This record gives sequence, structure tokens and C-alpha cells, in this order.
Amino acid sequence: MAVAPQGHSDQLHDTISALALFADLTSAELEAIAHTMEERYFAEGERILRQGLSGSGFYIILDGEAAARVNGVEVNRLGRGDFFGEISVLLGEAPSADVVALRPLRCAVLAAPQIEDFIVAHPKVAFRMLQAEARKLRNATRWRS
Amino acid sequence: MAELSNKPFPPGEYPVVVVGSGPGALQVSHSLRQLGIEPAVISRDPSPGGMFRRFPFFQRLLSWTKPYAPVARTEREYERYDWNSLISDDPTLRAITPGLMDGTSYFPSRPEMERNLVTFAERAGVRVRFDCAWEATRMDGDRFVLETTDGEYRCRFPIFAVGEAEPMLPDTPGIELISHYVATREAHTYADREVFIIGKEVSAFELATGFLQWAKRIILASPSPTKLSVNTHSLVGVRARYVQPFEDHVLGGGVAILDASIQEISKVGQRFRVRVRTSNTNNEMSFEVDDVIAATGFRPPIRDLPKLGVVTFGRNRLPALTPFWESVSVKGIYFAGTVSRAAGGLKKNGVPSNSGGVGGHRYNGRILAKHIARTHFGAQLPRPEVKADDVAPLLLYELDHGPEMWHQRSYHCRVVTVTAADGIRDEGIWPLANFVDSEGPDAIAATIEANAEGQNYPAFYVRKDNKVTEHLLEPDQSMRFDSPERRAALGEVLRSLVGAEVPV
Repeated sequence: MAVAPQGHSDQLHDTISALALFADLTSAELEAIAHTMEERYFAEGERILRQGLSGSGFYIILDGEAAARVNGVEVNRLGRGDFFGEISVLLGEAPSADVVALRPLRCAVLAAPQIEDFIVAHPKVAFRMLQAEARKLRNATRWRS
Repeated sequence: MAELSNKPFPPGEYPVVVVGSGPGALQVSHSLRQLGIEPAVISRDPSPGGMFRRFPFFQRLLSWTKPYAPVARTEREYERYDWNSLISDDPTLRAITPGLMDGTSYFPSRPEMERNLVTFAERAGVRVRFDCAWEATRMDGDRFVLETTDGEYRCRFPIFAVGEAEPMLPDTPGIELISHYVATREAHTYADREVFIIGKEVSAFELATGFLQWAKRIILASPSPTKLSVNTHSLVGVRARYVQPFEDHVLGGGVAILDASIQEISKVGQRFRVRVRTSNTNNEMSFEVDDVIAATGFRPPIRDLPKLGVVTFGRNRLPALTPFWESVSVKGIYFAGTVSRAAGGLKKNGVPSNSGGVGGHRYNGRILAKHIARTHFGAQLPRPEVKADDVAPLLLYELDHGPEMWHQRSYHCRVVTVTAADGIRDEGIWPLANFVDSEGPDAIAATIEANAEGQNYPAFYVRKDNKVTEHLLEPDQSMRFDSPERRAALGEVLRSLVGAEVPV
């Protein structure tokens, strides 16, 4: 029975290949990651991370815009290529902020229990994540200098 | 009269139209009828059963039904041990599956599952207009118009329970040369042949298991490593029933399992050449084999709904849904059955819903029917009053015995509301995502969750002045949660909600 191909797996592969986080990876590695991560969709206004609720995941924004809110007050905006949830996952603590979709949002998601294996398997992605964390820290502490 | 004819539900206007005749369609149709709403049910198939009329290829289901369990079959609590029967408030309609099984396995055979669904439809009086194929959809004012082979159906609320049976193929060069899982031949025709299976999920391992005694070499390949359900502590990954090829691989038999992307498929005489690139080492490899099968999954046949505005996402092109399984982009369109897994819920600690199977989505169907009855038809559903000192025993009993939370961990929850006007009320089962993300009266929700180690534990969510807090109790290896320690812990949680009169 012949069935027409739909090119389903290449969509996420193509999307993540354009993100800085994955800039150092080969096509085969990208394809493996595209098969490891799950794509999720969030409607405008929907919460992705919930402040104080444990067990969330690591999210990379593929398309759309989100706001980080602490006690309802916006503290940050996130867009394509940004990632969030990693601090909560790495520390095993509930998120300290809500992340809410400001418009329809597509994310690649990795569940918390998968993150250690993922980072160990992809050290170049881990290095890019560290760079991003360093930039966040620099920006947060810039006022001191 | 339509009800007396062999072809019920002639084209026309109905309050609700259900498309499908598999378990998802039968469950939501029955649950709607129990609430006094008679939907028109249409199906392109000639009889009930949905995908179980054709799959799984090797005959037995992956989900079990224990004929002998600690609970009588007529009790609601028996559902925890029976993943395959549809559910009902009517005890005579419960636990149909175990009565049809012949004792050779606790995985029902495909014919047994098909009989289960036919029997439920007959006993429950769920009538279906068969051989009536939904072909197109459009809006006419506030009505959806479903064009079918029998004519046009109009309604405000269509429910699509069309399963995930449309074969899905990647766009790998040469993919047109090979067959999808759905075209797999009789197992004996693979005798003494080399078989390459693209994919390493359940359907790939199902085929590999079926070929073990026939094929002389089996290769399975996909880019990411194989996951096993016993390691993920959920339905994610290859189920225990199909792990044998994995053992054959690790012990050096005739099975090879590769983490590699498929680069190209070509013909070499009567055989195939499959060129792959390994995921981590980036090495190119080539295999010559007799057969190549793409076990690359299915997606829902939702026809022209995207053109109507239904947003889809992900590899399987699932519709994006609210926690009540309504399209997020086209209000009024609902989904039931397997497709309801598109509403992912909280996925706490990576544990997904069980909505991809009957044991999970049957509860979605019942909750969906109540939601539609309540919000669109003004139904006043029972909300039994609960005494303050009965709240903790009620919730702990439900966590120990209620099937909904065991089948849909961190996805469904039992809700008790507390208001000055209404007192304390048992609101029944709700989607957890709806509870934690919606404003509403002060309330507590109870569910079961699993941590990364696979330990199950009770979780409570308290909504007070529209702020939700989480309260997690200790796991229990025996999976019985009603203990003096947990009663005390739950008592503390409840005191913040209902006041000092809660006994500890």
C-alpha cells in the first residue's frame, strides 16, 4: 500500500536547526533531538509553567511570545529561540514564576526526568545553554558595576 | 421514525453530531444519552470497533483486563483493573470485556475487543448510522454543516472521534518504494528474509516481535534511542509485551537496533538498500534487505478541519485542544477518543495522560459529555453535599480505589468545593489543568502523581481566593494511601480551606 509522505519529522528538525542553541550540531544529531523532544502548542493566555507547582519541564520556544510573571507581575518577555524551565528542572524545585503565552505559542519540550541524559548526550547544547545563563546573570547583575 | 429504521439519524439538524464508531465515539455518545442528550452518531465503517477492526496487526491488545481482581466486576472500582471496557453509571453495562475473554491471556484479542464494543453498543442502545462517511465541513451561521455520503448534518456541537488511523510517512528519499505498517503481510511471508523496520516505537516493536520466528534478520532504526515503558514509568515507550526484540538485540541474536536517521532507500534488483547515518557518531552505514516497512505512526484523519481554522501541532498533526477537548481555535468543535490525547494536561514529571488508550480516554468522554451538558444545554448535574469530617475519607478513598486518577494520573482529579452559599460539595471528576488554571470557588482537588523514580504519591491542590497551592504527600510502595499519617497531613491541608472543624 503506497502512502504519500508528509515530511512530518523534518518540520521540527528544520525549526530547531535555525535556533542558536543547536547551532553546533550535525544534521543527524538535530534529527535525533527532534525525535526526542515533544512539540506542544499553547493558546493565548494559557499557562506553560505554573509558579509553585512542581514537576514541570524544559521548554524551547519555536514560535510565538510568552511572559514570565511573578505573583502576576510581568518580569520578562520570551520569544523564538528563548528557553525556560531549566532552573526549576535542574534544581528540582517548583518554578518561581508563571510563564504565560501572550499569543499562540509552539514549544519543543523535554520532560524533567530526561534533562540529565539530554545534557550529557549533547555537551555542545549544554555549552550554549551555559552561555545563555551567563548572559542572564550578567544582565541581572549589571547594575552592580 | 429514525430510531426504528436500520439507518438511524437521517441527514438533518441535531443538537450534537458524533463522528466515529470506535470506543471514543461510543463512550461519549452513551454518556451524552445518560444526560438526556441524543446525538446523531455517524460512521464510515460498517460496524462498531474503530481501529480494532484492523489493528493491532498481531491480534492482541497492549492493554490488559484482569478477569479476576480484588473488586467485583460490577463495581466502578473494578475499572482500575480493566483497561478495555467502556464505562457507565449503569452497572449492567460495566466490565463487558472480561466476560468475553477466553482465559488464554489477560490481553484481549482483537476479535474479543471488537465484540466488547459491539456488545456495549447493543446493550447501551447506542445506535450508529453506519456506512455514512463524513467528507467535508463548513459553517452556516452558528451551525456546523457536516457533508457526508448520505447528505448534510447540521449541529452546533460536532464531536470528532475519528481515531488516529491515517498512515504517516516521513519524506525520506525513496520512501515511495516501501510500505507502511498498515500493509504488512502475513508473518509467514517474511520467512528467511531480512527485514528493515523504520521506527522504534510500539508499532515497530510489535512487528519485530511478530517476525522473530520468521525473519532471519531484523533491523530497527530511528534517530533517537528506544524508550521502554518500564523505564519511563508510563505508557511512553515500547510496552513490556514487545520488549523481546530488545533482549534479542542486547544478547546478540538476529535483531539490530540502531539510533540512526534514514538517509535514502533505493532498489537493488528485488531487494532494497537503506542508507543511514548514525545519530551520535555521524557514521554512514548501508543495509541490503528483502523488505522495508515504515512503522512511523499514524495521525488523525481530520480532513478539512484545518481549513475551517482548527489549529494542529506536532508530528502527528493533532488538533490543539482546551482541557475540555475543544479546539482552541474553533469554538464548538470537540474531540473524543484517542485524539483527546492532544490535550496534554500538566504532564507532571513527564508523565503523560493515558488518553491514547481506551482506559484513559473513556473518562475524557464522560467528562466531555458532562461539560457539554452543563455549558451548552443548561443541565444541572448532581453535586452531593459532603460533611466536613467526611472530606478527608472521601478523597483518600478515591485515591486508593477511584479508577479515574489511576488511569489518568495528574490529568484528572476529584474536586470538592467549599462556599458559604452551597456548603461543601462533591463536584466529581474534572481535568486537573482546568482546575489549576481556572478561577472558581474555593476548592480542593485530589489526584495521583508519579515522580521521576516512578513512585506514585497523592497530590492535593487547594484553590483559595483563586490562588492555587500544591500539597504533595509521601509515596507508598503498596499504593494504599489511607493511613493515619496521610489523614493527618490531609487534615492540615483541609483546615486551610474549610476551617477548624476538620478532624485530624
